[in-house]
Amino acid sequence: MTDLTELTINEAARHLRMGSFSAADLVTAHIERIERLDHHVKAFLRFTPELWEKQADEADRKIKAGEGGPLTGIPMAVKDVLCVRGVETTAGSKILRGFRPPYTGTAVSRLFEAGAVMLGVTNCDEFAMGSSTENSGYFPTHNPWSLDRVPGGSSGGSAAAVAAGEAIFSLGTDTGGSIRQPAALCGVVGMKPTYGRVSRYGLIAFASSLDQIGPFTRSVDDAALVLSVMAGNDPLDATSSDRPGKEVLNNYGGDVKGMRLGVPREYYDVQGVEPGVKAAIDNAIKVLRDQGAEIVDVSLPHTDYGLAVYYIIAPAECSSNLARFDGVRYGMSEVDAPNITEAYMQTRRKGFGPEVRRRVMLGTYALSTGYYDAYYLKAQKVRTLIKRDFDEAFQKCDAVISATSPTVAFPLGAKTQDPISMYLCDVLTLGGNLAGLPGISVPCGTSEDLPVGLQVLGPQWGENLVLRVARAYEQASGVKAEVASIV
Amino acid sequence: MEVHVQPRTRTKMFCGCAVGQLGDPPNSNVCEICLGLPGTLPVINKAAVEATLKTALALNCEIPRHTKWDRKNYMYPDLPKGYQISQYDLPMSQNGFLELNGNKVRIRRVHLEEDTGKLVHAGDKLQKAWESYVDLNRAGVPLMEIVSEPDLSSAEEARDYAIELRTLLRTIGVSEAEMENGQMRAEPNISIRRPGEELGVKTELKNINSFRALYRAIGYEVERQTKLIESGGTVVQETRGWSEPEQRTFSQRNKEFAEDYRYFPEPDLPALELRPEWIEGLRRELPELPRARREKLVSVHGLPASDVAIIAADRELADLFEGAVAAGAPAKPTANWIVGEIAPTGKLPSPSNLAELVNLVSEGGITRDQGREVLVESVESGRTPAEIVAEHGYAQVSDEAHLRTVAEAVIDANPRAVADYRAGKKQAMQALMADLRKRAPQANPKMSSEVLLRLLG
Repeated sequence: MTDLTELTINEAARHLRMGSFSAADLVTAHIERIERLDHHVKAFLRFTPELWEKQADEADRKIKAGEGGPLTGIPMAVKDVLCVRGVETTAGSKILRGFRPPYTGTAVSRLFEAGAVMLGVTNCDEFAMGSSTENSGYFPTHNPWSLDRVPGGSSGGSAAAVAAGEAIFSLGTDTGGSIRQPAALCGVVGMKPTYGRVSRYGLIAFASSLDQIGPFTRSVDDAALVLSVMAGNDPLDATSSDRPGKEVLNNYGGDVKGMRLGVPREYYDVQGVEPGVKAAIDNAIKVLRDQGAEIVDVSLPHTDYGLAVYYIIAPAECSSNLARFDGVRYGMSEVDAPNITEAYMQTRRKGFGPEVRRRVMLGTYALSTGYYDAYYLKAQKVRTLIKRDFDEAFQKCDAVISATSPTVAFPLGAKTQDPISMYLCDVLTLGGNLAGLPGISVPCGTSEDLPVGLQVLGPQWGENLVLRVARAYEQASGVKAEVASIV
Repeated sequence: MEVHVQPRTRTKMFCGCAVGQLGDPPNSNVCEICLGLPGTLPVINKAAVEATLKTALALNCEIPRHTKWDRKNYMYPDLPKGYQISQYDLPMSQNGFLELNGNKVRIRRVHLEEDTGKLVHAGDKLQKAWESYVDLNRAGVPLMEIVSEPDLSSAEEARDYAIELRTLLRTIGVSEAEMENGQMRAEPNISIRRPGEELGVKTELKNINSFRALYRAIGYEVERQTKLIESGGTVVQETRGWSEPEQRTFSQRNKEFAEDYRYFPEPDLPALELRPEWIEGLRRELPELPRARREKLVSVHGLPASDVAIIAADRELADLFEGAVAAGAPAKPTANWIVGEIAPTGKLPSPSNLAELVNLVSEGGITRDQGREVLVESVESGRTPAEIVAEHGYAQVSDEAHLRTVAEAVIDANPRAVADYRAGKKQAMQALMADLRKRAPQANPKMSSEVLLRLLG
């Protein structure tokens, strides 16, 4: 009998259609595995039996009636920053404890309509700020491949859930690499769409101009499928594009013969890149070249400024986005204060963790009178230069390839005392957010027995190109996202 | 002066909630968006944008090719997101003017933003309240902000400016601009100076909700600042509230505690392109503006300033006047009917019915008193004055023989008044006419007095 927790979406859907097992069986298999393993991995914050029972029943009814689609009955996990009606949603923060949104965000709604079954809410860095999930207000998540290591972050719970066989796919959000980096560290596929491709309605904002929702899956085909369901204009998000969502699938199954793939020298020789990671990437480049791709040398000259720009813009936006967490209307509330200002301060001091407080302070400073021009405005100008770097690179190539993360998964606690070293985890991914580009991370082998991810970045609205390169690599290399066997 | 005006829209600025009315139950017009719940996003209300653009056009403003939204950050319990979406350095319009009594009051900018909610305190002030409640019905209601340059030099001018602004907003149909209902709020900034000197330190006044309060608050503040300076003190830059019961201003917020609003571009809303075709389309939709209308009432229709002031202040009255005149009624009598009878009641007949009525009275078909009754009936029933006159059998008596019989009876009955008149007291005529009207209410007044005069020799 097939192990029900190691399937891709396409495999599971085929079995469901054939009647090898029911959607309810599929849910049960996952819940049993979660019960057996998740106290080691700690991918989930909470579970949603009230949803999975109803949704699995409905899926089985539809499948029986021949009305099922490719996602009908497929178990998924949702990062704790995506609002689901009636389900406690806390952005990994104590400050939102007990908050049950009265509405469901657009991306999740579309997946529900397509028949996906929600198992639960996954752990993440508080307000998606972090690269290891150690900034969660609850507990850290462990890497399924090596339990004493981090799964990456901020969507570490979602990546770990898919890698541990606790969900067939999951949703994350990517502001500076928060989908791609944990996907790389956990050995799964993770995709960040073009900014504006997927509605942000229902995503608890970290940095509004950078945030995007995307999937974690076990194959590039699955990523393409989930993305195509979520994508497309949403009248509730003024920044969502009018372009048809299904265009992400255009010719994505083609080969890479004759495609020009750029290797940015600033990314290839990035500071702190591990030799094992570099070797895995060299190997991936070779696989793609063997498939007929032309590998070209390109340059992203403003790469060095990316981190600084990111750590001004993202905190600036977050300092404003997080102002609403004041204890007046929902979540944690320290009302036993002598006045409203004191109540704000006590609530926020107690509710926010140290990294969130650090970024709120950084951002508040960067937007202050007298500093705005020197920090925020300057950062926006350099952001334009970084975008232009990519525009120029895409004159010479169809997509850009690099490592997703300079390192493999690092031990828990290794970087918690040194924010800058933690920030450097995102040095290869955050350019894609600053420029609003689509990117994917696919497994490309291992280093020190830990997964390495290959990142493919494409031009704006070029998801189909990104998927095509990733899929061609996946097919030719035979490297698959596998489920980790834990104890 | 900063004037906030709520444009007439069905829904709020960034969500589908009804704008509601004063007196709606607290928190009844709210949704996850205007409550600022995590994960929600704003979407621009096109009707509010168009109202603002029309206002800007009517105020002769320049409209840029692009406008953008900014966040004004500050924390207060009535502000659910912790920031207000407003417009900072690229407003929807700037550099306009409003003509006021022949002078131009320069308009710095007209922009669009969202209102905040309301706090209700159980107790006196926020500091002393032992419980405070938040009502977010107003949160997210669209507000236009109209900012003038410092071109107003008295309380009277400031009040006239606000009134003129209201007239304009009503004329172009973007808002009722009722101060009492909170649809329009004025925040004057006041500074004084000796002739020839630079403008002094200003204070900003809030909580003003009537034109009268505006006039009085400014007057009070000018006097306060004058006394302060003449006694050797200095004015501090601050926000002051107006206390209606005490008829005085009081300090609310000092500049030292002024917030740094950390404005930055709203990342949730793309910049808005203001295409010239769109703007020109809105310009074409604008009706005749009050100033042009006033000029026409004087130059074309020859109305006196006192009539113009009343008729031009209200778009409906002005439309009625022009409609009735176009339907063939003489201008001045029509104006008299509007100013004397219609404006005070606010009940408007159709232009053609008014024209018919004015003509009936002017041509002697019915008396003025009968005309009043016909007007009331015509407004209520919508029937034409001619129908009403026919039904009531109203008609003036213009038969000279009959009028002479009546006049003779009047002379016989009032020997004293007749003697007075003949002795040169011309006002005695009034008593005689009054008696005549009593005996023959339908008598044509002009003919009656002629007959009476002739008999009196």
